Amino acid sequence: MLGSLIIVFREVIEAGLVIGIVLAATRGIAGRGWWVAGGIAAGVTGAAIAAAFAGALSTAFSGNGQDIFSASILCVAVLMLAWHVIWMARHGRELAQEMKQMGAAVSSGSRSLGAMATVVAVAVLREGMEVVLFLYGIAVSAHVGAFSLLSGGLLGVLGGAALSYALYRGLIIIPLRHLFAVTNILVSILAAGMASQAAALLASDDLIPALGYDIWDTSWLLPDGSLAGRTAKALAGYTDRPTGIQILVWGLTLVCLLVTERFVRTRPHPSTSP
Amino acid sequence: MKRLFAALPLLTGMCLFPPVQAQAQTVFHLTLKDHHFEPDHLSVPAGERFMIELENQDSTTDELESYDMKFEKIIVSGSKIRVHAGPLHPGTYTFFDDYHPDQAKGTVTAEAKP
Repeated sequence: MLGSLIIVFREVIEAGLVIGIVLAATRGIAGRGWWVAGGIAAGVTGAAIAAAFAGALSTAFSGNGQDIFSASILCVAVLMLAWHVIWMARHGRELAQEMKQMGAAVSSGSRSLGAMATVVAVAVLREGMEVVLFLYGIAVSAHVGAFSLLSGGLLGVLGGAALSYALYRGLIIIPLRHLFAVTNILVSILAAGMASQAAALLASDDLIPALGYDIWDTSWLLPDGSLAGRTAKALAGYTDRPTGIQILVWGLTLVCLLVTERFVRTRPHPSTSP
Repeated sequence: MKRLFAALPLLTGMCLFPPVQAQAQTVFHLTLKDHHFEPDHLSVPAGERFMIELENQDSTTDELESYDMKFEKIIVSGSKIRVHAGPLHPGTYTFFDDYHPDQAKGTVTAEAKP
């Protein structure tokens, strides 16, 4: 039971951290609960479908199908996160002001919500596929102990969900006028991490140059396999022995996002459309 | 800002034109049967990229994973997958089936060339 709890918990945390940040970053936008829930539902459905085709997926693209699939959906998530950062740069201040005045969710921001729901769906799909295959494998194997393994899996889901809720609660303690500045940085780091993970997947299949291996080794300090290491990976794309391309893509994505955000935010814009 | 956007095509170019593949990589064959790797130990040359090919003879879906060699790939029953790894520093590395981590595990030893 403990084994399956840990396996499921690990995956749920990784998706849950993303959801926690998305929830904090979209605070005050009307209807975001439905969008995020829709993203989770789409992610679970997608995970089930992807799991059903896992065999076909792994043989696609001369055996690199899984990696190319993961890298592609990560790139979609990066684009959506970038969209959100830029949208927030334009509307974040109005949003915070409206929230202060009305004290509740007021603004309509369904475009940004659509982007963030996609991010949630991708995070759930990516981690969920493994969970679905794992739990399905237990469910069909009728050996004794399947029940305890399944309940372990369920506890893992609940534990991961509780942790992402805790992250969300922790983030929204931040005063409103600083909240979106903080979440924008978190979202930018999240995007950089996802972009570098996509690069790592493609480089591992020799589809793009790795630009050097083991640029540093911090496995003595924060190993990839540890829970803290996996958390850092989900939040920021951490890896204990990165390739050159990972560092390059990470830095480029982050700098591009922060510079664009600053550029959009400081430029006066007459339009008030969403 | 402009300089940043100038860097993007460069990056795209690198993605579109991957470097010439190094000489054919060595492939090491493994099978997974009764939740055990056969063989469960590999010796590989340090400092070179290589591939591990795994054939899953069990009736379950498994996942070949290694933290220190950085691969993670799902393998359905009766199929074959390949993962890339290396270049490794001399030393011992571990891999396992993430769905049966207590039973199915193995090691890779990277040895420096004499």
